[in-house]
Amino acid sequence: MSEFFSSPAMQNFIAILQDAIAILKSETAMGIWETLYSTVLSTLFAYIIGLPLGVLLVTGEKGGVRPLPKCLMSALNFVVNILRSVPFLILMIVVLPLSRFILGTSIGTKALIIPLVIAAFPFIARMVESSLRETDKGVIEAAQSMGASPFLIVWKVMLPEAKPSLISGATIALTTIMGYGAMAGIIGGGGLGKIAINYGYYRFKAIVMWAAVILLVILVQIFQSVGTRLAVKSDKRIT
Amino acid sequence: MSSQKPIVELAGVGKTFRGPEGEIVALDGIDISIKKGDIFGVIGMSGAGKSTLVRCINLLERPTQGKVFFDGQELTAMTAPKLRQARRSISMIFQQFNLLMQKTCLKNVCFPMEIAGVKPSEAKKRAMELLNIVGLPDKANAYPAQLSGGQKQRVAIARALASDPQVLLCDEATSALDPTTTRSILALIKDINRRLGITAVIITHEMAVIEEICTHVAILDEGKAVEIGMVEEIFSNPKTEAARKLVFPDGLPVSHLKSERVVRIVFNGGTSYEPLIASLAIDCGVKVNILGADTKNVGGKAFGNMLIGLPNDPNEAQKALNYLKSKKDITAEEVTDYNE
Repeated sequence: MSEFFSSPAMQNFIAILQDAIAILKSETAMGIWETLYSTVLSTLFAYIIGLPLGVLLVTGEKGGVRPLPKCLMSALNFVVNILRSVPFLILMIVVLPLSRFILGTSIGTKALIIPLVIAAFPFIARMVESSLRETDKGVIEAAQSMGASPFLIVWKVMLPEAKPSLISGATIALTTIMGYGAMAGIIGGGGLGKIAINYGYYRFKAIVMWAAVILLVILVQIFQSVGTRLAVKSDKRIT
Repeated sequence: MSSQKPIVELAGVGKTFRGPEGEIVALDGIDISIKKGDIFGVIGMSGAGKSTLVRCINLLERPTQGKVFFDGQELTAMTAPKLRQARRSISMIFQQFNLLMQKTCLKNVCFPMEIAGVKPSEAKKRAMELLNIVGLPDKANAYPAQLSGGQKQRVAIARALASDPQVLLCDEATSALDPTTTRSILALIKDINRRLGITAVIITHEMAVIEEICTHVAILDEGKAVEIGMVEEIFSNPKTEAARKLVFPDGLPVSHLKSERVVRIVFNGGTSYEPLIASLAIDCGVKVNILGADTKNVGGKAFGNMLIGLPNDPNEAQKALNYLKSKKDITAEEVTDYNE
């Protein structure tokens, strides 16, 4: 047994393992924190832009509660589609000057938030749009018959009625943004993705890479199961 | 109950939809005046334009022609905020109830008051009163998904009353309910009409609903109001083909059957087990044609009337007529104005 452990191959493996553990010990906590805060903040900002946009995409169309000029709706749809179709890796690089302009820096976790928001808000707008389209037309009609203004219909009817679906959508958005954020190691953004790329990919430390990936998987699992549970619990149609 | 002042008035209202296959005329030149306190029924086959008509009253659909008046004011000329204000006096209930599924019954009833800016505590108190009126005080904290169809419609009625409306529009409000529940919802609407003086407009495709509670009725056919009047008048003497179809839904379009001489037989409660027409054929050897019948069997006795066409041969016709006249428990008389 001791012979097995003292064989040169095994000695080598143990050395690699110890090295990996040392790296993970010093980097993991920071990595998780950076991943969480870039994900959560990006999602938040992306919703600040994407939610109203998604509402407009539903209410502004012909037959919506507050129709907008057709050319404006076409323009909105066009912008959303364009942004949706640019690969995140390209978008991230294209947006670098904008990050520098807004935050004064184009590297680091903070700088990562800008491309994440820009990549995520059109996606979120579409998610919100599809959630709101589920709202029963009859309920909207009922609110109109009571004399509710378009704003009140959105605020008091469409959003609350679509709440479970919006929560499901937010969960998907959050996990997707986390996935995007993991690519940010490329531009010097922080987080678990950076650990995986810097140590695992650039320096061939496969164990570190897989450990970082497994941590990402665990985070996604937690977000998803909490989100699903919240969505189900908030839905009063299920008794 | 009825006073003479019209609360809802449609003047030459028309609605044309632009579809992919050209224009579809849903309503055409509708003139309807509904007086305060009436229960006004609108009946027609599906596709006749009933739902469009009721939506033109509160302008959920904007008519492409004509004017709509509510309580003397022209709705079709109002600005959007003014119209929203006016809509608070015209409540509406729906076939599919259209309750907020994510809110409790109490919150649903509070909703119109929330829109109108009533204080939450006051709204809650009033909502409880209304749930009491509709007989569901114990369901305040239940969600609509936990209620039966009839209960949902009661909550919808409570919600409709929350804004103290003058008019209650009912769009096929009982069409998704079973007959017993339908009757209880109709009784509730009638009660609300009587106690609170709220004018009701009832859209339905069921004759029974009109018979049960309406004072006035308009018959809608292919976008036109073909007959308007008191329910008894229209029912006892439907003048148009569309009205006849609705009043006698199972009857053949009688005008297609021509006969020289027509006799109306009224059953006054003789035994319905005696086969009248068959015995006529056997006893006299005369074949007659049944043009239409509306009879009910109540406890083994026949009530109602039947129209039969006599054979063209004058002798046979006379024979049959004499035979029918000799029968007791029925009255037979010749109808002279049938083949006009």
